[in-house]
Amino acid sequence: MATPNTPLWEVFIRSRNGLAHKHVGSLHASDATMALQAARDIYTRRGEGLSIWVVPSSAITASDPAEKGMMFEPAESKIYRHPTFYEVPEEVGHM
Amino acid sequence: MYTQALNTAETADRDLEDAGKAAQFQARIDAEERIEPNDWMPAAYRKTLTRQISQHAHSEIVGMLPEGNWITRAPTLRRKAALLAKVQDECGHGLYLYAAAETLGSSREELVDAMLAGKAKYSSIFNYPTLTWADIGTIGWLVDGAAIMNQIPLCRCSYGPYARAMIRVCKEESFHQRQGYEIMVTLCRGSEEQKAMAQDALNRWWWPVLMMFGPPDATSQHSDTSTKWKIKRFSNDELRQKFVDATVPQAQYLGLTIPDPGMTQDADGHWRYSEIDWAEFKQVLAGNGPCNRDRMAARRKAHEEGAWVREAAASYAAKRAQRQTAQAAE
Repeated sequence: MATPNTPLWEVFIRSRNGLAHKHVGSLHASDATMALQAARDIYTRRGEGLSIWVVPSSAITASDPAEKGMMFEPAESKIYRHPTFYEVPEEVGHM
Repeated sequence: MYTQALNTAETADRDLEDAGKAAQFQARIDAEERIEPNDWMPAAYRKTLTRQISQHAHSEIVGMLPEGNWITRAPTLRRKAALLAKVQDECGHGLYLYAAAETLGSSREELVDAMLAGKAKYSSIFNYPTLTWADIGTIGWLVDGAAIMNQIPLCRCSYGPYARAMIRVCKEESFHQRQGYEIMVTLCRGSEEQKAMAQDALNRWWWPVLMMFGPPDATSQHSDTSTKWKIKRFSNDELRQKFVDATVPQAQYLGLTIPDPGMTQDADGHWRYSEIDWAEFKQVLAGNGPCNRDRMAARRKAHEEGAWVREAAASYAAKRAQRQTAQAAE
């Protein structure tokens, strides 16, 4: 009998107090507890984090980078969403 | 982003509130540590933040109504695109904030229902009508200006998810204020009628905007504990004064008069405003402002009319899940 594949997990680490968890990489582990321990050993050997999240990779739904043009087109043409699009006289100062 | 699932662990011991935990919690706050969803926190901290963040979220959502009123009547395509983008941003801000509030353990549905039932409040400012196009400029300039004044310190609030949501919001808010001020500059450089329209809008919005910062420090109920917990970094009156000091020169540049004949400038440069009509503020909070009933009716209508969309999406998801289970069983 073939060995079953070990599930893949995505690892997120909060590097500093107050920051959001950020994706750092992935690993294989047979359950969530082992994934958490493995994440500690693989990704925080030099004190890189305060907190770790592990998420089954299969639970992630991702956009297709090949279709990024179409995906992000709605934002591309809307320069009026940026503050610099508006003229505020210099005398008024920062706004 | 953040899910309620994070909050399911260890709910039982939260009721006990032992003094040791509370002291440890306060020590973390004092050390400028951020509190995260899974951390122990006093029940009152959770309650205060749930109330504050959800009210903030409701305000963003209800705040779409006064401005949405002018989308179809914006004077140019440029203004229309900008206003549409701004109203979309307000919706986005509401959603970031609901997500932050949900990390404290209440569901989105509960939070929204509390607002629709009239049990949860939203900012008093959105109960005033937008009568002319100049109101749109004034809202961007003053209402968003006041919001920025209030929100910048919240980026350092002790609750991590709220602080991070505020950082996103503040980055986007700058466009809102600038587009508003640009409208005001255009009107004030325009015809006599346009300038009069700008002055009229300022006259109507000035006092309600000052009320946005909340009751004076002497009477505010929530300030002490919020300050101790570093949810609040500045008092209502401090923020209000900062806002007035920043705004007076902006009004002067426009050639507009702040509708406060008693306003004077101190030797130290601060602009001192006259007594605010707190009776009006109380009336608006109690539901008797010019647009309270309209706003609630509009939100309830939108919620009810959107019910079929939520139901259809849920039944489609259920059908797909069922089909997948059936396929897996084959």
